[in-house]
Amino acid sequence: MFIAPYVLFTLAFGLAPAVYALVLAFTDADGAFVGIANFAKVIGDYRFFADVGHVALYLVIWLVSLLVLVVLLALLVHGIRSRRVSAVFRLLYYIPGALAGASSVLLWLFVLDPSASPVAPLLHALGFQSFNQTIAPANLPAIFAIIAFWTGAGGWIVVLFGALNNISVDVMEAARLDGANAVQIATRIQLPLMRKWIAYMSVLSLAAGTQLFVEPTLLSQASNAVVPNDYSLNQLAYQYAFAQNDFNGASAIAVLLLIVSIALSALFVWRGGLFSTEDA
Amino acid sequence: MTTTASTSGSTSAPARRRSTGLGVAGWSGRGIAGVVLVVFALFFVVPIVWVLFAVTKTGGELIRQGPFTVGSFGSFAANWDQLFSFQDGAVYTWFGNSVLYALGALVLTLVISIPAGYALALTEFRGRRVLLVLTLVVMLMPSTALVLPVFLEMNALGLVGTALSVILPFSFYPFGVYLAFIYFSTSIPDSLLAAARLDGANELQVFFRVALPLAAPVVALVGFFSFTQNWNNYFLPFVMLPSSDSYPLQVGLSTLLSSTPAFNPSSAGSESVQLPTLALGTVVSVLPILIVFLFSQRFLVEGMTAGGTKE
Repeated sequence: MFIAPYVLFTLAFGLAPAVYALVLAFTDADGAFVGIANFAKVIGDYRFFADVGHVALYLVIWLVSLLVLVVLLALLVHGIRSRRVSAVFRLLYYIPGALAGASSVLLWLFVLDPSASPVAPLLHALGFQSFNQTIAPANLPAIFAIIAFWTGAGGWIVVLFGALNNISVDVMEAARLDGANAVQIATRIQLPLMRKWIAYMSVLSLAAGTQLFVEPTLLSQASNAVVPNDYSLNQLAYQYAFAQNDFNGASAIAVLLLIVSIALSALFVWRGGLFSTEDA
Repeated sequence: MTTTASTSGSTSAPARRRSTGLGVAGWSGRGIAGVVLVVFALFFVVPIVWVLFAVTKTGGELIRQGPFTVGSFGSFAANWDQLFSFQDGAVYTWFGNSVLYALGALVLTLVISIPAGYALALTEFRGRRVLLVLTLVVMLMPSTALVLPVFLEMNALGLVGTALSVILPFSFYPFGVYLAFIYFSTSIPDSLLAAARLDGANELQVFFRVALPLAAPVVALVGFFSFTQNWNNYFLPFVMLPSSDSYPLQVGLSTLLSSTPAFNPSSAGSESVQLPTLALGTVVSVLPILIVFLFSQRFLVEGMTAGGTKE
């Protein structure tokens, strides 16, 4: 009785759309079964592997910077002696999290435009004199990674900080008395105890990263299509659905992306141990 | 390690502190750490501080003046006027739509997910485990993965373009169910419910009189995440809503962007938007969330680490 509305919504907005997309992906516009023809079509599209490459490059840059910098910053913030200073840093780091989606991209359009940017001297020093130079195709994966890092890193820093706080004082003290320095404590004690959270962050970020859409869409609008409107896989699916009216092709891409997402998240649920499906 | 430890050993606390590595290497290490912390603080904060200055300038001042100088109240008022008179007050409409979608989904989400979490945690029924695993899997998936499939479904049902086509998918929120599940299974003892049942309360009474009054913290938590996430959502409304009248602010921003000649030279026309006005639009679009965020670091951590308490 308490569960009925949720079951209804799970069926209507979780399972039904997935099944429907699957059906569309294996049929043509008239509903006839066509086997893997739609998949062959979208994968054979010259844009498909270009987009896979774009997204993959973006993911590599983003995940590596996320792993290295978030862990480093969490350790450093945790090392601050004054509670108040540490709290201020955490607040400053996580505030950009309020600006997700279009708002954060718009803000970064300003930052990336040398004529208005608060860091214009830096952009000039890097050789970018105009907005179109800044957003040259070669720079895009790094730019999207920076925007994503700016928005999301703070939340994870706060989470890892919490994990570090859970490490017992005695353990840290014992290590210090044994003569371990800060680096040794970080690599031998703190990192292993944070591993679970780092894995959690990586899996969620990896899955979310494959979905790249808002950033290239807005950048494409803002650059008079210097950035193509089919830069990422989700955009390509969107183009199939809305520009080519090919819902079956769009479904094929959506199903491929969905499989990646489900696989990552299912793997984490079964292997993870972070989330319990039974009462604690 | 020992270079500074020789001066005094009078109390144990300072001695311990010195032994943590405040030698010459320790000091330079601290210095580098401090620089890294400050550089990243600037990285995170400068864009936000800059945009707050930007909205007080005219388009020309924005480009000519230093980035962190204040313009004038007059310019701010002019930007405000330009923003809110854009397309006969479209921004008011978008803001209203954002409120409608985010609040509508918030209410539905709470009505659906709190009882569901309760049932999963404290009652037995067939398929409970399957539902729980499904909830976990969907919760860890990026919500955007289902956007196009949901669009295709809504399109087949003829619901595309309506407010419901946004609110209903927003209200399927497995993460909220999971938060409620964790809360009810860790914070409310079975015996409390059993006692109420012994006293003759029926299942509805047990839920409304016993469990729900104790659930205020998790209601707030689910509400916070549902609201911020839906307010900031771009992809789903972008796909579902064809007309400007029904846009939420996030999607409306892209209309503003297309009307800004600085980023889209072909748009120079009667309705062209100046850069500071676009900046103001950005600020207005995030203001509600920014205010909520400033006071909710604890919420954020509780939500992101939910479930990790079990070692």
